[in-house]
Amino acid sequence: MQFFLEVLIGGLLSGVLYSLVALGFVLIFKASGVFNFAQGAMVFFAALTFVGFTEVLPGWTGLEAGGTAVFWLAFVLALASMVVLGIATEKIVLRPLVNQPPITLFMATIGLTYLVEGIAQGIWGANVRGLDLGIEDVPIEYMLEQHNILISTFDLFAALLAGLLVGSLALFFQYTKVGRALRAVADDHQAALSIGIPLQHIWAIVWGVAGFVALVAGLIWGARNGVQFALTFTALKALPVLILGGFTSVPGAIVGGLIIGASEKLAEVYVGPFVGGGIESWFPYVLALLFLLVRPEGLFGERHIDRV
Amino acid sequence: MEIKKTVMLGALVTGTLAAGVAMAAEQFIGLPSYRVGAYAAGGSGIFGGWIDYMNLINERDGGVGGVKLVYEECETEYNNARGVECYERMKNKGETGNSMFSPLSTGITYSVLDKVPDDKIPLVTIGYGRTDAADGRVFPWVFPLITTYWSQATTMIKYIESKEGELKGKKIVLLYHDSAYGKEPHAVLDKMAAAKGFEVTKIAVAHPGNEQQSQWLQIRQIRPDWVILWGWGVMNPTALKAAAKTGFSRAKMLGVWWSGAEEDTIPAGSAAKGFTAAGFNVAGAEYPVIKDIKKHVYGKDKGNMEDESRVGSVYYNRGVVHGIIAVEAIRKAQEKFGQGKALTGEQVRWGYENLDIDDKRLAELGAAGFMPALKTSCMDHEGSGKVKYQTWDGAKWKVVTDWIDADKQLVRGMIEESAAKYAQEKGITPRDCSKEM
Repeated sequence: MQFFLEVLIGGLLSGVLYSLVALGFVLIFKASGVFNFAQGAMVFFAALTFVGFTEVLPGWTGLEAGGTAVFWLAFVLALASMVVLGIATEKIVLRPLVNQPPITLFMATIGLTYLVEGIAQGIWGANVRGLDLGIEDVPIEYMLEQHNILISTFDLFAALLAGLLVGSLALFFQYTKVGRALRAVADDHQAALSIGIPLQHIWAIVWGVAGFVALVAGLIWGARNGVQFALTFTALKALPVLILGGFTSVPGAIVGGLIIGASEKLAEVYVGPFVGGGIESWFPYVLALLFLLVRPEGLFGERHIDRV
Repeated sequence: MEIKKTVMLGALVTGTLAAGVAMAAEQFIGLPSYRVGAYAAGGSGIFGGWIDYMNLINERDGGVGGVKLVYEECETEYNNARGVECYERMKNKGETGNSMFSPLSTGITYSVLDKVPDDKIPLVTIGYGRTDAADGRVFPWVFPLITTYWSQATTMIKYIESKEGELKGKKIVLLYHDSAYGKEPHAVLDKMAAAKGFEVTKIAVAHPGNEQQSQWLQIRQIRPDWVILWGWGVMNPTALKAAAKTGFSRAKMLGVWWSGAEEDTIPAGSAAKGFTAAGFNVAGAEYPVIKDIKKHVYGKDKGNMEDESRVGSVYYNRGVVHGIIAVEAIRKAQEKFGQGKALTGEQVRWGYENLDIDDKRLAELGAAGFMPALKTSCMDHEGSGKVKYQTWDGAKWKVVTDWIDADKQLVRGMIEESAAKYAQEKGITPRDCSKEM
């Protein structure tokens, strides 16, 4: 039982990290109906830009390398870079494609993926970097000593941060003017335009917020596994979460993440040994496919109804 | 960033030597490199080191036997289709066509395996590729040089044995990348487990390996004496961090040579300290060959690495090893086929098959202790089987063993058995090595 709980809790905590990446997809899909294939590349770009700035800032400014000032300055600059990337994407890639079929926009984001990956490596190089957020990835002593259950301090911190971010975004969408405008745009572009909501403005904000989410996700995943190209693969973890939670729901991203995280870990431990192991990569997709058969719009997604 | 020098000629200064003198001969080497994409860190280091070594030979020695080395890079992005495209694009370049093909990818190796005999280009796979190709009778065009995965697995058990004394009753977990590469050591470890009485548990990690929570919780349940990490890319730092998280000592972890570079340990931070990994080359910039590169290549601002601090790293030095072996193969072939002219791929193949880089020669090359001695033959395209082990001290790799020999009796038997099976499947008649010169 202790082992089961350990696996379950570990899975839930990992699931929150998947949610964080899924959130970036949801934001953009909600506002523009675009499935942003480049979200994984944005996570990589954000983390690499942050680490790149932490490397060059001490030389530029004379600030102490590895110090708090460099950290926050790098964070602000990386965030600014993400906002610029978001706005540029909106202006250069998406705006000319307004009213084009969704598949056209989707294809554009595939191209964007390669561009963003290339730009990131072009500017900062392909070297693998470490990233230390100052939170040790060690077990929580109390849980280990009292209950013999291993829960990582870092994973818990990351889960709390992700939870906070999701909560803030949910409130932002629900209660702010921009949030309401954003929901209006998501519901119907034409109708939103007709009542004076500036579509391009809203899109730029959404891409900027998605950039911020990508930066947070990039920092957490980068601190876990190093800042390297593999960060782009985090997007693969988000897809089944989206299918499960729904492409348009922020709470759906969280619930979907928890379900995927917990189920993939339990499957790996309890089913994996019977089929040769290494099932974590495809099990969530099988689960998502099964779920699609029952509820195609996802747990919290909007049901699509066509009147004939 | 590492500058992508796609068409960077190693000997731009060749030209005419003087009025009326004919153009100097040039030996063309096509490099299917990868400097962008998921594996760019490894690709840029290894190909950078290789290019720097060729430039050293050109700058310091005026080429090999008066023949300048010229090269061209072709970006594969570690992608099989692009690798084959690069192979085709480069095979007829240069005066005599491409001298060798070394894709640094097992996938691309398999994709061109059937092409190289027809095109007469030696396929050189140092530390990767098809293990049974070490049987040169069946694979005359393929050179899995220095050491193979099977040889390495036996040295790992020897290393663990040297620490534990007795392996009977011990538990070893193999944490492996769930791919053909990760499954390479299974059979060898099973045989050794049966012979030495230890228990081996194999735990797969799905690609790319950035999630290993469940695997390490299983390892925590098993409580092994040692964990062998057979990883690649992001799987390595993730494993080291997960080991720290679950309280498993890094001093009891042993990595394959694709887990033992700075790119694997630096991202793991303090969690990597004490981790030991195999290597058929060592890290360090104190070797004369590296010092010469710094002097003759970087001193003239002709270095390939934009980040010069990577000179002397594991991957960079592995590239230098590729360069040393390529140059020695050409040199050997020149002894037989004549100096001062470009050699064909077929002639260079002969050079690869008759390599004899002994300790004396390594010392002359400034590479004593840098790589093991190497002697190939028609029978043996591996040539060494030796590896050293290095431990990460938190900042750099530190060599902790001398060269450890593989269990050749075990490995050679398996190689011959597998190669014979391949020959039968493909209808290949193995060469009679007594007739080869």
